[in-house]
Amino acid sequence: MTISDDILERHGLTREEYQRIVDALKREPTLTELGIFSVMWSEHCSYKSSRVHLKRLPTAGPRVLQGPGENAGAVDIGDGLAAVFKIESHNHPSFIEPYQGAATGVGGIIRDIFTMGARPIALLNSLRFGSLDDALVRRTVAGVVAGIAGYGNSIGIPTVGGEIAFDESYTGNPLVNVFCLGIAAHEEIIKGVASGVGNAVYYVGAKTGRDGIHGATMASAEFDDKSAEKRPAVQVGDPFMEKLLLEACLEVMKSDALVGIQDMGAAGLTCSTCEMGSRGGAGVDIDVSLVPQRETGMTPYEIMLSESQERMLMVVKRGREAEVERIFEKWDLHAVRVGEVTADGKLRVRNRGEVVAEIPNRSLTDDAPLYRRPMAEPAYIKAAQQLSFDSLGKPPSATDAFWRLLASPTVASKRWAYRQYDHMVRTNTLVLPGMGAGVVRVKGTSRALAMSVDCNGRFVYLDPYRGAQLAVAEAARNVACAGALPIGATNCLNFGNPEKPEIMWQFARAVEGMGAACRALDIPITGGNVSLYNETDGCAVLPTPVLGVVGVIEDARTVVRRAFRSKGDLVMLLGETRDELGGSEYLKVVHGMIRGVPPELDLSREAALQQVLVEGASAGVIRSAHDCAEGGFAVTLAECCIGTGLGAQVDVGAITSAGGHTFADITTVFSESASRVVISCTPAAEVQFLELAARHGVPIQRIGVVEGTRVQVRIDGRSIIDEPLPDIERTWNTAIERYFEPARAIA
Amino acid sequence: MKFAVVVFPGSNCDHDAHYAAQHVLGQQAEYIWHKETSLKGADAVILPGGFAHGDYLRTGAIARFSPVMAEVQKFAASGGPVLGICNGFQVLLEAGLLPGAMLRNRSLKYQCEHVLIKVEQTDTPFTAACTAGQVLRIPIAHGEGNYYADPDVIARLERNRQIVFRYTNAEGVATDDANPNGSVANIAGLCNEQRNVVGLMPHPERACEMALGSADGLILFESVIKAVTERVFAAAR
Repeated sequence: MTISDDILERHGLTREEYQRIVDALKREPTLTELGIFSVMWSEHCSYKSSRVHLKRLPTAGPRVLQGPGENAGAVDIGDGLAAVFKIESHNHPSFIEPYQGAATGVGGIIRDIFTMGARPIALLNSLRFGSLDDALVRRTVAGVVAGIAGYGNSIGIPTVGGEIAFDESYTGNPLVNVFCLGIAAHEEIIKGVASGVGNAVYYVGAKTGRDGIHGATMASAEFDDKSAEKRPAVQVGDPFMEKLLLEACLEVMKSDALVGIQDMGAAGLTCSTCEMGSRGGAGVDIDVSLVPQRETGMTPYEIMLSESQERMLMVVKRGREAEVERIFEKWDLHAVRVGEVTADGKLRVRNRGEVVAEIPNRSLTDDAPLYRRPMAEPAYIKAAQQLSFDSLGKPPSATDAFWRLLASPTVASKRWAYRQYDHMVRTNTLVLPGMGAGVVRVKGTSRALAMSVDCNGRFVYLDPYRGAQLAVAEAARNVACAGALPIGATNCLNFGNPEKPEIMWQFARAVEGMGAACRALDIPITGGNVSLYNETDGCAVLPTPVLGVVGVIEDARTVVRRAFRSKGDLVMLLGETRDELGGSEYLKVVHGMIRGVPPELDLSREAALQQVLVEGASAGVIRSAHDCAEGGFAVTLAECCIGTGLGAQVDVGAITSAGGHTFADITTVFSESASRVVISCTPAAEVQFLELAARHGVPIQRIGVVEGTRVQVRIDGRSIIDEPLPDIERTWNTAIERYFEPARAIA
Repeated sequence: MKFAVVVFPGSNCDHDAHYAAQHVLGQQAEYIWHKETSLKGADAVILPGGFAHGDYLRTGAIARFSPVMAEVQKFAASGGPVLGICNGFQVLLEAGLLPGAMLRNRSLKYQCEHVLIKVEQTDTPFTAACTAGQVLRIPIAHGEGNYYADPDVIARLERNRQIVFRYTNAEGVATDDANPNGSVANIAGLCNEQRNVVGLMPHPERACEMALGSADGLILFESVIKAVTERVFAAAR
């Protein structure tokens, strides 16, 4: 068979890669084999551009039970239990078909968690869209949110938090990153391995159709105006089927009859067979004619590459087959024996007995191509980092800027979205969405887990190294604000086309920064996902390395929330405000620019701050805590008041470092300086709290009291902002829904 | 006493109802798989929330044919207390144990949030410990909770005092603003003519501990414990 350039291009393979295939097989591949190689060597499955960099992330620690390389990571949370979690992207499918793209993203990450033997108990998502002024963006937002809701709600796993941000760079390439966390006893954790020669390989779940063929290859290419034609490469989800699979698999796993199990996600049957075999150092021999099929006339190529959803592959211990089949029958699922484990380390695919593909597993997995792609600092960086206050003209009034920030979709309440998510099912949700980190209790223990997903793409764009550090710091800080000690992280690295040296440079610098921050804060990364080629018509998204951090609260009763609690409580500002505006929401919203250098970050001080938060929470001296992020101090203070009916009166004083320039008031209240948290405490706890902060060397300033029904901010006695809380709430609460329901016809 | 929590394929609030009954209230609770044909001596039956059988066709439409439903019908006919929560309420409507039907929320979106409901009737097994007019804060989580019945059915429900819960404001007034989904007459929950079968869209099992934001749902469970213990409502054996 001659393989033309055209065929190679359609498989996303280069001529050099083709030669590698010939070398690995010591012959020309069949078309089925070519298809198998193409999906396993796609960027999405092989991480061929990113692996050399990812190796530099810290992945070990005393609590780590499972690091990268499995379906999900796992960390010890005490009482013999593990938190099993991971984040994954479904960006490309969500642009092409928002509802199904997002829905199947949720389905995929949930399968990754229960595949490990863990019961999923919480979902988060991190979403990025273009401007809501764009009708096409609104359609994407509505579809993605409905898709997440449609899948997560049906299956009964609460979506307890997340983040949504907007920037024009995401218009043609939204980001949909979904995080899932589950709980398993240590000994229940099960892996995706195939071993034990002669053990049966079972297929269970939905039937295989022609949907999603080459989904992984699609996710490894840029978009252009032909992308809509790729709709058939998006899968369609069935949450009911997944619910049955979830319950049935957890029941089977309790029986101890499985050797290993893996879900069929990207690259479907191909990926699950060769990865399980490769991990177990074994071969897998399957006959595709035994695979349950939804359509007639499917070829082995199509069956191997289909990405139909809600399917699992299992290796069953010999003699336990009937028991496993019986459990699946109870759930009206039919586990089908499709092959067996062999000793030769090969993936052998048959069709009615005849061999149609025979490939060494390792050549598909560990021996896949690995690229050190060229890197170059992007030309834009130097210019974009320049920011002079003089060039901004006359500063607006702080009050005017305050209102504009409250109404900015990135800052405003995400209630419109999370109201569509069932965030309470499973009755563990201790902190409702929209209040910082998501917090769920762990039934059967005294503990709770806090989790947060964060990234400010603007910061990463301006300085990938520091921007990624800031993402780690913010996610961990959010978790610490709830009173939780950060114990593990997962990352989802969303970047443009790695074949461009500038993008590769962004990626490498961000991974370096992320690694340094995780080491400094002692948070291992236990797994994650890389999503490259996030470009449309040659324009890349803001580099967006999202961090998902998980923390543990020893006593669930001590969880700290964002909102002020009682009139008369003292308001304190932990950390130091600097005279900086680089990459801020203020600059974007008021001046329409992404410029400057991101906020400075001192990682040892960040670590100390988080210690104060965790110790203060467990000692019960913190009544509320909320970190300063987009919009700076003024927005943070307003958010502490929202929903409580309690206003605040504070005087933050002038920033010592500010040079008395015309923007001094603006930087004081809207700077996004890192490592800052607004807390409240009772007057009786003041001394204890000040001592705690001093002990850790964290700057602290008593700035005011919880009082009245207005948000009042002064600088050295001068009133800067003094606005009524009900109006603030209305603006902040309705800013996003106004785009979707301009005229609410029925009340 | 002993609760039976029916588990349909696709039920997803079964664990929550079981947890409330067993861990919060210290009662016995047992899961009953939908293919079973015995309620195993339960004193009260809960049809939990979720998406039974995927809610394909219509919410609750397939669940009514699950084998266990024949037993639930018998149990209800003999006077046993039955509570349908959310999807369980939808199943009761499809099974003809309660009148009416559900439409999509008027927002055309799934909604998850705390709402206020007023207890209108205290002579049902699930409201026996309430005071008339008591306002409870309990979450909803549904896409199809917009209750509908023909005007003559509504009139009959009113006449027979079968409207057990209505969406209201904090003062107990059934305003349109307080109605989260567009239900006719702000109906949040109903009982049958014999008053032993109750269905409601809000989730009392999610409001049984202050740590979760409200403990107002406890009173429904306390009511049935009282009703069963005092044998006001009990299945004939």
